[in-house]
Amino acid sequence: MSVLLFTVIVLAGAFLAGLVGSLTGLGGGVIIIPLLTLVLGVDIHYAIGASIVSVIATSSGSAAAYVKEGITNIRIGMFLEIATTISAIFGAVITIFINPSYIAVVFGLILLFSAAMMVRKKVDHSDVDTTGKLAGFFKLNGSYPTAEGVKYYGVHNVVGGFVMMFFAGIISGLLGIGSGALKVLAMDNIMRLPFKVSTTTSNFMMGVTAAASAVVYLHRGQIDPGIAMPVTVGVLCGATIGSKILVKTNTDKLKVIFAGVVVFLALQMIYNGLAGNL
Amino acid sequence: MSKITEKKLAQRDIQFILGTLLRVGVILSMSVVLIGGIIYLIGYQGLNVDYSEFVPDAKYASLEAIVAGLKEMDGKAIIQFGTILLIFTPITRVVFSVFGFLIERDYLYVMIGLFVLAVILFSLSNKLVG
Repeated sequence: MSVLLFTVIVLAGAFLAGLVGSLTGLGGGVIIIPLLTLVLGVDIHYAIGASIVSVIATSSGSAAAYVKEGITNIRIGMFLEIATTISAIFGAVITIFINPSYIAVVFGLILLFSAAMMVRKKVDHSDVDTTGKLAGFFKLNGSYPTAEGVKYYGVHNVVGGFVMMFFAGIISGLLGIGSGALKVLAMDNIMRLPFKVSTTTSNFMMGVTAAASAVVYLHRGQIDPGIAMPVTVGVLCGATIGSKILVKTNTDKLKVIFAGVVVFLALQMIYNGLAGNL
Repeated sequence: MSKITEKKLAQRDIQFILGTLLRVGVILSMSVVLIGGIIYLIGYQGLNVDYSEFVPDAKYASLEAIVAGLKEMDGKAIIQFGTILLIFTPITRVVFSVFGFLIERDYLYVMIGLFVLAVILFSLSNKLVG
């Protein structure tokens, strides 16, 4: 395939991945990697390297807005980054020693999990109980502005959240994705943060986590400019436009339709992984 | 002004600075990637690409090599340079957060921030890839 044709196809695919990823909250990485590997026959190691760069771009871009609004809990973010940076580097170091087929299978399983997380009914577990000892010591309890005034919240099960974040970091480094679904699970269900705080803080952390593993990929030559360029530009443009549309539309129906697509991609990844095609 | 409101104001400033830093970092690095992308497409358009097998190409895998490539105006090197700027955006964000916590005299979080930086610097030192 010629350089120009490859760039144009990847650019278009990455744009779509960014658009849909931002509308559904999945993120661009989980969609662009199956596109590159299944459709264009790109080696999964290159796809992972390109995807992680796009994760840094999109998460930093959207985190910029949230941080200014004061919703992001910077302390929780920094505290949990201890877990995610170490584990992301670990994941990025070991990924090269793992058979690409197994990576594809793990990727498929994470895709299935993300699809389930996307369509599940969200229950807000947050409360104002700030008696947690570790949460108090690390000053994690916080507040955020809402239309009805400042809302306070307490943080629970810090150890559980930290361990879950460690796992999320390994997956992020291993597969080159933001693993937002796992991070939000750790913050929503385990640490019991309000949705707005968990999603924005997860976004805030993603940039640093991805940067930590991106350095490993760069040294290894997994970030190829010819793939990383169209992927990053496309995903960022798609995600930016997606976030503009998002404010105006109800995405519930889209999420259900899209969950179907993600399940299909997941099964393809698992099948091709098991068959040794990747 | 009371101590508490001062602290609140400092926190707001830090949030504003962090937000602006992230935005400027992304715009700057993506501009470099775009410029590099155009030069790359012009310079390499006739060539064919094959990414079906991962062949570690160490050509632009270090900062020194990328800077050397920049001098030759190689599109690939310019894209990689933009990528490095992008990688450094959230890392710089951590540095600024540490300063923010220092101003707030929150030494526990100064230590946490420095630890996160140390982890990333260790990764940057390139001892992890054999």
